[in-house]
Amino acid sequence: MSDTALSPTVSTLHTSPALPTSADPHRGRSSARDTGNSSLAAFADRWLPRLVLSPTIIVSLVFVYGFIGLTGYLSLTESALLPRFEFAGFVQYETLFELDRWWTAAANLGLFGIPFIAICLALGLFLAILLDQRIRLEGALRAIYLYPMALSFIVTGAAWKWILNPGLGLEKTMRDWGFENFSFDWLVDSDMAIYTVVIAGVWQSSGFVMALFLSGLRGIDDSIIKAAMVDGASLPTIYLRIVIPALRPVFLSVLLVLSHIAIKSFDLVMALTAGGPGTSSDVPAVFMYQFSFTRGQLGLGAASAMMMLATVLAVIVPLMYLETKGARHAR
Amino acid sequence: MKLKQIAQAILVATTGLAATAQAGNVEVLHYWTSGGEAKSVAELKKIMEGKGVAWKDFAVAGGGGENAMTALKARVIAGNAPTAAQIKGPSIQEWGKEGVLASIDAAAAEGKWDTVLPPVVSAVMKYQGHYVAAPVNVHRVNWLWINPEVLSKAGAKVPTNFTEFFDAAEKIKKAGFTAVAHGGQPWQDATLFESVVLGVGGPEFYKKAIVQLDPAALTSPTMIQSFDTLARIKSYIDKDAAGRDWNLATAMVINGKAGMQFMGDWAKGEFTVAGKLPGRDYLCVAAPGTEKAFTFNIDSMAMFKVKSPDAQKSQLALANAIMSPEFQEIFNLNKGSIPARGGVTRANFDSCAVKSMNDMDATSKGGGLVPSFAHGMAISSAKQGAIVDVVAKFMSSNMTSQAAVQALAKAAKTR
Repeated sequence: MSDTALSPTVSTLHTSPALPTSADPHRGRSSARDTGNSSLAAFADRWLPRLVLSPTIIVSLVFVYGFIGLTGYLSLTESALLPRFEFAGFVQYETLFELDRWWTAAANLGLFGIPFIAICLALGLFLAILLDQRIRLEGALRAIYLYPMALSFIVTGAAWKWILNPGLGLEKTMRDWGFENFSFDWLVDSDMAIYTVVIAGVWQSSGFVMALFLSGLRGIDDSIIKAAMVDGASLPTIYLRIVIPALRPVFLSVLLVLSHIAIKSFDLVMALTAGGPGTSSDVPAVFMYQFSFTRGQLGLGAASAMMMLATVLAVIVPLMYLETKGARHAR
Repeated sequence: MKLKQIAQAILVATTGLAATAQAGNVEVLHYWTSGGEAKSVAELKKIMEGKGVAWKDFAVAGGGGENAMTALKARVIAGNAPTAAQIKGPSIQEWGKEGVLASIDAAAAEGKWDTVLPPVVSAVMKYQGHYVAAPVNVHRVNWLWINPEVLSKAGAKVPTNFTEFFDAAEKIKKAGFTAVAHGGQPWQDATLFESVVLGVGGPEFYKKAIVQLDPAALTSPTMIQSFDTLARIKSYIDKDAAGRDWNLATAMVINGKAGMQFMGDWAKGEFTVAGKLPGRDYLCVAAPGTEKAFTFNIDSMAMFKVKSPDAQKSQLALANAIMSPEFQEIFNLNKGSIPARGGVTRANFDSCAVKSMNDMDATSKGGGLVPSFAHGMAISSAKQGAIVDVVAKFMSSNMTSQAAVQALAKAAKTR
């Protein structure tokens, strides 16, 4: 996942794609094979990449977009235990919007997603800037901060559930150490349970964000920074005016990855709060799973899945537009 | 050429294997994966193998059976349903409506099921008048488990109604123990709620409000009083209860940290594993006010339509095996529940199980035998889920009883 996130940022920072240096656009590709089998080689050059990519594309088309379409259609039917295919209009969406639990889940997506993304960005950038200072043991520290990413969300959720449990974890430890009035019972408080998910999510993902920013920082041209120092700019100004704007493509990639983690987070919430005291830390992914499979309301679950897709599109489409717009300007 | 010969040989061998596998085997989907449960399933497997039917296990872990149900749906849609699956309650009717269940009337006639099963139980096992499922056990849900040592230390006595219950709870709390051990998970909240409704309103009110979902009953003063009682019980539950597993709450009672727990008879398994004896180390009493009522939760094996006559014969053999007195005795001794059928020897069952069996006989005649809504025996899973959401929200926030009954009436309208 990190490779695809890094390569567009590096390429947009440094190289502009091959500018045509002569009138012949194909010169760069088949110049080495001009002798003899040039037509066969040219044919292979054109069609081999498409042939190799086509299985992936067909599989994506069918299993991703095809099934998105199927889910969309199911959300317009009265499917209950098993799928049914008679068209029923928007009745599932009406039912969905009347459910209190759906609005709790939708609100929780914002209450979890926005702090999660903001804190991960800030913390990751801060750690990356600190690690970029050519310190000793940088490799070891980088690995330590990155390790939480290697854990599955279930493990993270279970471990933080024990840490944040008032009777077992942090609160009990602080009280045993003598701080009699210390209390940290967010996990069992209906209003605050969703923020415990933020804590666990930030702990897991900020190392990954730090790694992305670190590579972005390493890609910034030193000469610009040196020129700024010669001009007498102080270090904070250099960071604010030069470094962070230069990291804009990394910001976009990080936002993409973090928002996708936030929107689809199911395992973290299930392991940490299982939907919270009652249903107070419910999120759309948990809602969709429980309604589709446990409660045999497949149509309603499909409708909630389409709402999740709408949220994802609302976030990703502007981000992709911004990213490609930035790339076009780089040329 | 040698490769071709090897490939041909492998092909022939596998088709041969497949052919022999067809003669007399059953594939059974279940979620009995914990220690005692797995031992019980092994007993059924032994009985089937004694009859010459091979057993193909299809166990899917996940206590409430949610994962198993998802796996089952995938198999049924693919057209490859297992021989039998552990389905219970109204879900049997839902599957029957999809047209995929097989009739086992032949086995029912042979075993005279209509005479050995209480009418309430056999009604659940039938779809449109034909038997489609075999009951394995009966769990009683409206139990109150008590640690007598905690009770005596607090100077309280065993409660029989809610007045005595709150009196005992107050004394236990003053003595420094947790009065009610509870796990803050939606299904446990629902288990507590249904025992309270049964105790406050009685079996007739329970049937009208929770099973028939009559709107007048759901918003009646009796229901408001049930929620008030539930709120009062909430004050005796400790602060860390959110998300606690049911067996950890039972452990609090076993270890003498808590006095009482509202839980079904599967809690007895925990006491037995900890080496405790009924009557001495723990007491089983009916939940306050529910002495003349019995909330049942019946596990059953529903049979799916199979094509070959061999498979149908194996299916009938499975149904007969499940309903045989020998299997019912062994399975229920291991699991802590009681046999679904009459005519099973009581010699080996402990005092709590015998009390349960006596109460089931009495309430079957007296009208107090009611299905458990919290365990999927009374209403469809969609309605049940919506009502459990309301109860869970009530238990974890300061929702008023008035708001709760309004939300309850709205939830009951879920399609």
